[in-house]
Amino acid sequence: MRDVAVIGVGETEFGELWDRSFRDLGIEAGLKAIQDAKLRSEDIDAVYIGNMSAGKFIDQEHVSALVADYAGLADMHLPTVRVEGGGACGAIALLQGRLAIASGMYDIVVVGGAEKMTDVSEVQAAEILSSTADQEWETVFGATFAGLYAMMARRHMYEYHTTREQMAAVAVKNHKNGSLNPEAQFQKEITLETVLHAPWVAEPLGLFDCAPLSDGAAAVVLCEMQKARKFTDTPIRILGSGQASDFLALHDRRDLTMMDATVVAGKRAFQEARLEPKDVQVAEVHDNFTISEILAIEDLRFVEKGKGGPATADGLTALNGKISVNTSGGLKARGQPVGATGVAQAVEIVRQLRGQAGKRQVVGARRGLTHTLGGTGATAVVHIFERGD
Amino acid sequence: MAIPRFWREIQSRYNLIGTKCGSCGKVDFPPRAVCPTCGRRSVGKMERLHLKGKGAVVTYTVIHDAPAQFEMQKPYVMAIIQMDEGVRLTSQLIDVKPENVKIGMKVQATFRKLGQEGEAGVIHYGYKFRPTA
Repeated sequence: MRDVAVIGVGETEFGELWDRSFRDLGIEAGLKAIQDAKLRSEDIDAVYIGNMSAGKFIDQEHVSALVADYAGLADMHLPTVRVEGGGACGAIALLQGRLAIASGMYDIVVVGGAEKMTDVSEVQAAEILSSTADQEWETVFGATFAGLYAMMARRHMYEYHTTREQMAAVAVKNHKNGSLNPEAQFQKEITLETVLHAPWVAEPLGLFDCAPLSDGAAAVVLCEMQKARKFTDTPIRILGSGQASDFLALHDRRDLTMMDATVVAGKRAFQEARLEPKDVQVAEVHDNFTISEILAIEDLRFVEKGKGGPATADGLTALNGKISVNTSGGLKARGQPVGATGVAQAVEIVRQLRGQAGKRQVVGARRGLTHTLGGTGATAVVHIFERGD
Repeated sequence: MAIPRFWREIQSRYNLIGTKCGSCGKVDFPPRAVCPTCGRRSVGKMERLHLKGKGAVVTYTVIHDAPAQFEMQKPYVMAIIQMDEGVRLTSQLIDVKPENVKIGMKVQATFRKLGQEGEAGVIHYGYKFRPTA
């Protein structure tokens, strides 16, 4: 396998962007990434797009050709691929792009991720998110996406004595990080009381335990490592990738307080990278709910199983803590345009490793990790990155 | 939801029909064609099994933000229930106040209306669970 590096990154602002269409967002992120890589369009071999549900959100399928078209690439007749995998689609697109280059088939690939979620009502959007759970045996009976994560939270509280305050600490930290990210949806700090006193969504999760609905897009340019040095002095190498799946329905999983897909994806990525969790300084993990970040840092072995709550409350995962988690603000504060998530996480890690993260820069960041979930954990993807200079 | 899509699952939704693997004996619900433990060895050996309808709460939540179809019922309790046969499923919990639900609580299945397609549409029926008398 050939080594692959990220040589360009770009993203739109995230938020309720009423004046911007799906194609506007996809193109902006893609062009920014291409510009960042100082690439000519002729250099591109293929385009991969992570998108969860454009068909339901904006009534448009076939979005890979659409984005390439409006990015001015139609005349090049590039191969374009749209990847679906619930919330993990962007991270899977990145893995597919990496594989295409590693195999020798392509040299340069643009990987984008985009979602336009605010053209439907909030209730409809929540139902669309729920469709990544089991529609026939979970949601048809009244389970919601938040409700399923709430049941993981409840069980984690029962088995490990995790508290609502410890979960709330995830939201407080990620809003604090988001306040340092000019592209984040929420750039405002919040207090523990705000999280604890917010209206319930699904007990024990309140409104501030949940990531928002967002519009937005992100893109990265991937390049074969030797060639990458012609474009940049700081190529960010992908050292390892792992993807794993599990039972679709939460009730069928082996353990409700742990995501086996994350455990396995993490092991595969660390094994390929020949690294241990302690070798990573910065991580973007899938915090679609506060409990998700607690599960992720445990299942990726950054902290001991069951200790994710206390670790967060004690600041171990704060900016420049033992390991800096979700420096971008995470899904919670940066925003959650589903298809963009995995790619936006990679954009943040690249910025951190290049030393371009501004006020939220992690000191001495050399290796970073992204972790992305599909559904309630039926898919998980982990990528590990390193400065290549 | 298209009528056939609901109709073809009513065996399991009305009568809790699952499968038992003829190779290892593990019970699944809803029915599976392949046992997750035995894989190919189980093909053709999955036997139909009627769950007795008794189990215990493994975890639960109280839903406040509900899908349009469940708007009139909120707040309502959803739970993951471990059936006495070993398999788990997700169901609404009724006839109990949210504050009285406990992990480990014994519950039993009951036949209820699940939802309706609009005001004059088809009514969906299926299982909900309530505390064991």
